[in-house]
Amino acid sequence: MKINQQNIWQKFHAYRNNPLSLILLVLVVLATLITLGILILLIGYILIKGFPFLKPELFAFTYNTENVSMMPAIINTLTVTFLALLLAIPFGIGSAIYLVEYATRGNRLVGLIRITAETLAGIPSIVYGLFGFLLFVIYLGWGYSLLAGAFTLSIMILPLIIRTTEEALMAVPDIYREGSFGLGAGKLRTVFRIVLPSAMPGILAGVILGIGRITGETAALIYTAGTVTGIPENVMGSGRTLSIHMYALSNEGLYTDQAYATGVVLLVMVIGINALSAVLARKLTRG
Amino acid sequence: MKAFREKLMHIVFLMAALASIFSVALICLFLFANGIPGMTKIGVAEFLLGKTWQPTNQIFGIFPMIIGSIYVTAGAVILGVPIGVLTAIFMAKFCPDSLHRFLKPAIDLLAGIPSIVYGFFGMVVLVPLIFGQFGGSGKGVLTASIILGIMILPTIISVSEAAIRAVPDIYYEGSLALGATHERSVFFALVPAAKSGILAGTILGIGRAIGETMAVIMIAGNQAKIPDGILSGVRTMTANIVLEMGYAADLHREALIATGVVLFVFILIINLTFSALKRRIL
Repeated sequence: MKINQQNIWQKFHAYRNNPLSLILLVLVVLATLITLGILILLIGYILIKGFPFLKPELFAFTYNTENVSMMPAIINTLTVTFLALLLAIPFGIGSAIYLVEYATRGNRLVGLIRITAETLAGIPSIVYGLFGFLLFVIYLGWGYSLLAGAFTLSIMILPLIIRTTEEALMAVPDIYREGSFGLGAGKLRTVFRIVLPSAMPGILAGVILGIGRITGETAALIYTAGTVTGIPENVMGSGRTLSIHMYALSNEGLYTDQAYATGVVLLVMVIGINALSAVLARKLTRG
Repeated sequence: MKAFREKLMHIVFLMAALASIFSVALICLFLFANGIPGMTKIGVAEFLLGKTWQPTNQIFGIFPMIIGSIYVTAGAVILGVPIGVLTAIFMAKFCPDSLHRFLKPAIDLLAGIPSIVYGFFGMVVLVPLIFGQFGGSGKGVLTASIILGIMILPTIISVSEAAIRAVPDIYYEGSLALGATHERSVFFALVPAAKSGILAGTILGIGRAIGETMAVIMIAGNQAKIPDGILSGVRTMTANIVLEMGYAADLHREALIATGVVLFVFILIINLTFSALKRRIL
């Protein structure tokens, strides 16, 4: 199959007769190099500049103004992530199962659910933060608390989990379902025993992306979970997550070194989360 | 028994599916119920078009913030869209599969980097750079536009790439058969056919840029007045909320919530345009 292939000399010749094509080629390559260059510059800069500032006292269990430890913030991040997922996963997966497995074509309700899920996906995090502040912190009287933050974030990641689960469910071939029905299984058993297990890597990939969103979130948490530096006694107490910690440090201007170190930890977490999600998603497409 | 269980679970899944409708209704209810009264107390016209924001003197005009949001978003679009679309074209039609397997996760990673990290990067790298090159404070419309332009890249790239890939191959093949080169076929046959998808990606990017908060706060300077040049400081609607919510009370707080309502309405309009465009493509 070498019919349409040209060698470099032929290509060069073709471009000389056609300068516009060459310009277009240079433009797309240049744009891609810029995009890639920005990514490498950003990650490289933070990692290289920040790595020397990673000192053991930054991981001390309690925070004080001397060690500026990020350990409480890490633990708060884990707590908020766990609580938000606990809320968002059942609703998100249940919602996707309804949309893919149960809803009939042309159902009005499905259209409305899709539009609202799209709307949720487009709402900026500060609006979520404002809403969480008004509903959970003030109206329900929870005050600044990890729980208020987790509730706010669970709504924020709901559309992400719905969409990725939907895609994973739709990728399961219909013969699986037909085979299951043919063997006499009901709808429910088919969903739980056949469809969900085959779609699991895709669903997990979505959940992991949700974890990434939560880890990086600041604006939605600053007026719901608050900015207290310690670990609260229970989920009704206020505490800052890692991203808020980084914002507070860089905002105060005194702790730029520690902000670099926090940036390194955040970036490493996000890169790990993205890699894990990509590996799982690839597993799904391979079947 | 079995039929009952099937029916029950059907209803359970339906309930879960209603969660997003319920959430949107709740968000609208709480934002509008808390924001509209403040807006009417100040006076809708004075609130939206007033050029002065002085909470200490009970003067609440958010016009400078609306303009600020529009300026930085426009800057982000001018810088981000050409690079994003060209990268999308490269990824869809120029790069070999082996390179694509590496580029796609890189773009996803760009989308996954927290906004606080973008803001911090802007603060420690871009602000001193612009200060050194052009003077001023280094924080302003230009700095915010550059960082926002970077932040909307992944959105524009993924939506545009999908749109270009969705164009049927016959367009490309037809153009080749007429004697056009690969580049000309892609740019003058495929890309025009994918233009509503590319537009949809741009609109989604605008939504991202206008709603971005933490990165902008750290690099935009945050002066509550209409900027008089690309180097002067600017405050967006999102920044206004975060900066002052912590200590605001009474009418001041209501004015901030009303700022959120205005932002929310902007976003709703942008989202509806996006949905309408997407429906036209499919």
